[in-house]
Amino acid sequence: VTAASTQTKPDVAIVGVGATTYYRRGQSWPRTTTELACEAILKACADAGLDVKEIDGFAYYSMAGGGYGQSMDTAMFMETLGIPEVTFTATLTSGGGGAAGSIGLARAAIVAGDATVVVTLMSLQQAQSRLGQIFATVPSDPINSFLQPSGLSGPGHLMSVLTRRHMHDYGTRREAFAEIAISERLNASNRETAIKRDPITLDDYFGARMIADPLCLLDFCLETDGAIAVITTSVERAKDLKQPPVPVIAAAHGGNRKWGRAFGWFGMPQHEFASSGHEAVAQHLFRRAGVGPEDIDVALLYDHFSPLVLMQLEDYGFCKKGEGGDFVESGAIRYRGGSIPVNTHGGQLSEAYIIGMTHIKEAVEQMRGTAVNQVEGAELALATGGPAHLPVSGLILGKAL
Amino acid sequence: VSTDPAALRATALPGEGVHITTSPDTERFWEATKEGKLEVPQCSRCGHFRMPPTPYCPECQSDQVTWVEQSGDATVFSFSVVHGFPGLPDITLVPIVVDLPDAAPARLVSNLVDVDPADVFIGMQVRVAFHPIADGNVLPVFTVAGS
Repeated sequence: VTAASTQTKPDVAIVGVGATTYYRRGQSWPRTTTELACEAILKACADAGLDVKEIDGFAYYSMAGGGYGQSMDTAMFMETLGIPEVTFTATLTSGGGGAAGSIGLARAAIVAGDATVVVTLMSLQQAQSRLGQIFATVPSDPINSFLQPSGLSGPGHLMSVLTRRHMHDYGTRREAFAEIAISERLNASNRETAIKRDPITLDDYFGARMIADPLCLLDFCLETDGAIAVITTSVERAKDLKQPPVPVIAAAHGGNRKWGRAFGWFGMPQHEFASSGHEAVAQHLFRRAGVGPEDIDVALLYDHFSPLVLMQLEDYGFCKKGEGGDFVESGAIRYRGGSIPVNTHGGQLSEAYIIGMTHIKEAVEQMRGTAVNQVEGAELALATGGPAHLPVSGLILGKAL
Repeated sequence: VSTDPAALRATALPGEGVHITTSPDTERFWEATKEGKLEVPQCSRCGHFRMPPTPYCPECQSDQVTWVEQSGDATVFSFSVVHGFPGLPDITLVPIVVDLPDAAPARLVSNLVDVDPADVFIGMQVRVAFHPIADGNVLPVFTVAGS
């Protein structure tokens, strides 16, 4: 990495991360989402060496929702944990697309002087509603009436339509999606925290049940419960804390109208249709960071569905548009021997799905040098939010100071 | 998984379980389908087509709309083959995204019905058909052109 001289001087850093156990869908009950959230917050505070009463800000994404139908509430957390006062509490709009960008929201609060110690959080429980079937159960509205009757009953069903177009336009093969699933499972195989640890083969992949052709079961992320909290503060304040601070090099969220509501709309021009929708955000992110994709040492790419990992590799410039299939099939994303290790934590396909937060947690651990599958000498980590209805987002963290 | 060939032939969701709702912007679309017509909103000022119907033209911001009846011909831009739906484990659906040749860049998300999923391809020519759904509404779906 030679780009350090062109990087902007970081103003905020991640100083604490806390996670609950990860549970299979619904199995965290009878614990409540508030209990899970508070456990993660307390663990993040302990990790940072901060008293929970020092928290004065909350920066959420996904409308502060824990999946569909559940919500995270700042006042409830204050009441439960005894946090005396907040001076900032806000969320990015839409869903998991904003995961990585929520650290940028925390940064905005800190740089503006609105708050000093800001929590970003996701607490997810799927006991009552199941994300994989969500569009079969939500009531119709005037806009989803143009989508829902088609029977595309979950997010993966919707993204299978983008995937087929990518295969058509660029000759992308299912072998590439298999490689993403296989390599992530391999990364999960030595992790205590991973829900799925048994290695899978190409035969397993091609034998897996088709759900929404061309997507099979092993292209779909897990449906899990759990909570993760991350604490961001100023680089100045971070100096006194327990952990070596992990600097935020850049964060960006937003996106282009040509992507817009994405697979809620399906009106994207051909180029954007077979994409992850991240192209514009990637450009802003790299410009703000003063680095390029060649400088990134480990990529934690939001993997709700394996083909969208491939499309993010293209949109972030790790390979050319349309060449994601060959790039992945060459072994480029492997932890061992790959040129850009992807989802060294096993991702949402194999470790757990906490709507993007495991990617931020892994990015922090990689930059602290404490990751289970540590990338030797890693100095820059990329984490992304989910390809979805805008905003989408990205985050670049630097080696711990 | 069913091995009955009939179950592998794609259908639409059973109409009695399909509900739509409308807004003042979208109501005309669903009134037209009840009459067996496929109509798409076009900006009265600049001619831009858009779907779903929205209150302003995204190109010129006009709020004036002309509803244009379509021929019913369309082209498959992409599709999925969905096996099972909550409560309907044996159903096969071919959800499609179609280009409307007379209203580009507007697209519809619909279903291709009465087709073997293995025969479906991007670029396939399809033709609108009308599928009764709940509350007296009618859903536009598509069949293979010439079939």
